[in-house]
Amino acid sequence: MKQGFLAICAAATALLAASVAQAGTLDTVKDRGKLVCGVSLATPGFAAPDDKGRMQGFDADICRSVAAAVFGDGDKIEFVPTNINTRFQALQSGEIDMLSRQTTQTFSREASLGLDFGPTVFYDGQGLMVAKSLGVSSAKELTDAAICTLPGTTTAQNLSDFFRTIGGKFELVVFESPDENRAAFFAGRCEAISSDRSDLASIRAVANNPDDYLVLPETISKEPLAPAVRQNDSNWRDIMSWSVWLLMAAEEKGITQANVDEMLKSQDPDIQRMLGVTDELGAMLGLDNKWGYNVIKAVGNYGEIFERSLGEKTRLGLTRGPNAQWNAGGLVYAPPFR
Amino acid sequence: MAETQALPLPVGAAKPPVRRSGWAKAYFGTPLNSMISLVSMAMIFFLGKLAFGWLVLNAVFSGDGAACKDSSGACWPFLAEKLRYMIFGFYPFEEQWRPLLALTLFLTSCLISMIPRFWSRALLCAWLLVVLPVLYVLMAGGVLGLSSVPTSSWGGLPLSFMLSFIGLVCALPLGIGLALARASSLPAIRVLAVGFIEIVRGVPLISILFMATVMLPLFMPEGVTIDKLLRAQVAIIIFAAAYIAEIVRGGLQDVPEGQFEAGSSLGLSYWQVMRKIVLPQALKKVIPPMVGLFIGFFQDTTLVTIVGLLDFLDTVRSALRDPEWQGIAVLEGYVFAAAVYFTFSALMGLYSRFLEQHFRVTHG
Amino acid sequence: MSFLNDMRFRAFCYQIGAIGLVVAAAWTMFATASDNLAKQNIATGFGFLARQAGFVISETAIAYQPTDSIGRAILVGIVNTVKVSLLAAILGTVLGLFVGVARMSRNPLLARSALAYVEVLRNVPLLLYLFLWYSLIIMVFPPVKQALNILPGVYLSNSGLVLPAVFLESGAAIFALLICAGIAAAILIRRISQQRRVATGKSNHGMAFACLALVLPPLILWALGLVSFGWDIPQAGRFRLTGGLHVRPEFVALLFGLLLSVSASVAEIVRAGIQAIGPGQWEAAAALGLHRSRVMRLVVLPQALRLIIPPLTNTYLTVFKNSSLAIAIGYPDLVMVSNTVMNQTGQAIETIAIFMGVYLGLSITISLAMNWYNARVALKVR
Repeated sequence: MKQGFLAICAAATALLAASVAQAGTLDTVKDRGKLVCGVSLATPGFAAPDDKGRMQGFDADICRSVAAAVFGDGDKIEFVPTNINTRFQALQSGEIDMLSRQTTQTFSREASLGLDFGPTVFYDGQGLMVAKSLGVSSAKELTDAAICTLPGTTTAQNLSDFFRTIGGKFELVVFESPDENRAAFFAGRCEAISSDRSDLASIRAVANNPDDYLVLPETISKEPLAPAVRQNDSNWRDIMSWSVWLLMAAEEKGITQANVDEMLKSQDPDIQRMLGVTDELGAMLGLDNKWGYNVIKAVGNYGEIFERSLGEKTRLGLTRGPNAQWNAGGLVYAPPFR
Repeated sequence: MAETQALPLPVGAAKPPVRRSGWAKAYFGTPLNSMISLVSMAMIFFLGKLAFGWLVLNAVFSGDGAACKDSSGACWPFLAEKLRYMIFGFYPFEEQWRPLLALTLFLTSCLISMIPRFWSRALLCAWLLVVLPVLYVLMAGGVLGLSSVPTSSWGGLPLSFMLSFIGLVCALPLGIGLALARASSLPAIRVLAVGFIEIVRGVPLISILFMATVMLPLFMPEGVTIDKLLRAQVAIIIFAAAYIAEIVRGGLQDVPEGQFEAGSSLGLSYWQVMRKIVLPQALKKVIPPMVGLFIGFFQDTTLVTIVGLLDFLDTVRSALRDPEWQGIAVLEGYVFAAAVYFTFSALMGLYSRFLEQHFRVTHG
Repeated sequence: MSFLNDMRFRAFCYQIGAIGLVVAAAWTMFATASDNLAKQNIATGFGFLARQAGFVISETAIAYQPTDSIGRAILVGIVNTVKVSLLAAILGTVLGLFVGVARMSRNPLLARSALAYVEVLRNVPLLLYLFLWYSLIIMVFPPVKQALNILPGVYLSNSGLVLPAVFLESGAAIFALLICAGIAAAILIRRISQQRRVATGKSNHGMAFACLALVLPPLILWALGLVSFGWDIPQAGRFRLTGGLHVRPEFVALLFGLLLSVSASVAEIVRAGIQAIGPGQWEAAAALGLHRSRVMRLVVLPQALRLIIPPLTNTYLTVFKNSSLAIAIGYPDLVMVSNTVMNQTGQAIETIAIFMGVYLGLSITISLAMNWYNARVALKVR
């Protein structure tokens, strides 16, 4: 019985292995007919399904831009919810083609986890949020408080370092799931909750009354959030990186989802190259020459994506801050398209 | 991991002598007994009042989250609004008739299959060739004009049933094989089986799930991926097989040695003796504990929420965290989930007791 | 052709085949894994254990700092796992014993209530209970600022229970020594009194003397002023209480969930064990004039114990494994710490291998210990 089972397993593995040639990710994705993108499951503003089950949010739109670059259709995509534990393994094993999940680019992750990060899509930093009723206005006052956070990330370590520098102590309450973490904070299990500032905005957005909570001014770490792909596939990495940069460059050049058709007639040589009117940038990446047009048509430019999911008109209410264009005092800076 | 204990059924179990007496004596026979009765009654009354007050008297029957927030009772509108999500999870909204149909078909088939009179090879074939494929097509789609739904969108109650049921069905042959291997006269095979069974039984299910979801992909050749749901399913199968093997082993030990010897002396081969003589006797004995085991697996599937699958407990929990209901309907959600699990588990428990009775009557 | 039909030859072939398949499968998996890891540039090996952990663990039974090594952090996790499962097993057994006896009560009301208790616990997943208990604790109890001051120095809030802690200011060594001596003396006295009772048939007060032997030496020591105790009274800080002994809600929820599930299993096991003892035993003992409760204690329970031990072993193994659900509610047990390590180092294979190995080792230890005990209480056939 057991031998039989093992034999079948072995045979199946061999068959599967034989059927998969050593193809690049782009070919795999094209053959499959859709892009598989790892996102977080329920982080409003970044990735959360709406009433109809359609994934919405900043991270989800980054995925869609890559799908649009490959297929010309931002909806040829499957979103795979990943949690903090499984996100890197999902990418390593090939279960997902790219990871767009509020993930901080760090040295050790890039060096030892077998992945390559793309451009920073969101400049973030770790912050702390408290209830206004606590009467605290600075993180330095939080000595002896209990702070809720998620494990495994660098969050806890940053907190330890921060409190060591100000010479205080704190009690750490660690939760495996973001939901549990959030609920415990709202119920008053801890005085403060610590995470990336963008994530805090998202947590604040789901509170019964967001105005009851306050994100403290201190930023205690640098957290550049970036999408990632598997290592050793530079073509695929280029496609991801330049799709993201295209979003940024489009904002700089004033190309929007609404005016992209008119922009095809633009005389600006940069715009012409980006939208595939002249030159063959798309072909160089193994994509359709109109890939740039397709991306903007599908999701809009970086600013539009930001405002749609995170901006001041949304529940999250984030300002652009460091995520403004470089010529508007921010850090968003796309390399030239030529 | 509520691994169900298979207690040795006490042969000729008898209660300590009970003095036959009237109703009043049972409750108020001695001063101590009266006190016990009074205290129990007071507690039952108190709990009943608490439950009634929460479920009915102080409950909110209409309105939204804000209305519930001010009330100390149950929040029924929450259940009404979130019921569909809790049962089906993120399955595409317009397509949710499909899991509903699948669930109905599954439960009806189960109900029919529970009647011992219908047990036959035909029923087994019907399950394997008709019911399971239809269920799969309904859930996954992609043919017959049904739109394709990736497994990452499956969730809720259908997923919980699927994980536990498919787990048991696939683990059964594997478990029987392991039990036979463990009882084998060939030392190498015995050692392998014992090793497998003891390792799996010695570690928590969560570690096997972790292994399947996090570690297994690294063992696959490049480019080969196994669906996440399938990986969790495989973990549950492996886990179940080890426990089934132990139960079947108990059944095998109950079959007298003479049966095997008699079979062999008729010139039957090992497999013939096993298939025609020993296993039928052994398996009949282990059906009731097996149902008990299934109850355990049904409850154990909740663990997949830790590795990020959206089973019923997980969909209930994410319904609780909906911004609109955040912190308002926590108890309601958990009580509802507990009621669902309780209903199915208790029914299976009753069925297990019925089977015990049935076999005692029909097979002495 | 003839040796193909030889039983021994075929048996040999089967075994070689089976071993070969297992080895081949293991080797293939190992080869693919190391190939994958090398190709994707993922670090391997157990070197990470010596690296600095860097993360905080909220509950530590042994001394631990974020600057300690990852290996030490895992050890903290192991100790936490053992701590919670041991407590749950002990408390759950005591509670289960009561419920089991209540199940056998002649009072139908009590018997039914006990049955309902068992059914409600056994038919709902433990994980759901853990979530439920945890949510109830943090919802029902007030936030720490309005902590309930139940007794002087004892505060209850949704951040847990804070108690005044007692610690020895001096004489710790001699104190520990005397307690050990007291325990040894108590066991000895109990033995001797039991032997004498068996020999003479008269009851003596062995139990009382044993208790005295247990508490007297430390008391004398304290009265003489050789040891002195200090109190660590909780104080209200700006946000929460500092000092004292802090029992965290994560621990309480886990302990509570586990001990209830143990109690339900133990109740069923005890009931089945007692019911398996034939009515003749009851009747014979009653004929000797023994009271019902004494029959239970002196005649039925000792016999039932033999039937009870094997399933009880299973229950203890189960609670030990179930303690891994701690990860769901944030109690830093072995799995949760390993998970954090896995996240930080990205070395899934090694980390999972470590915690599976630890569970396996401890499971086997529990099995062996219980088997040894079972052999001791087994009916001696002479």
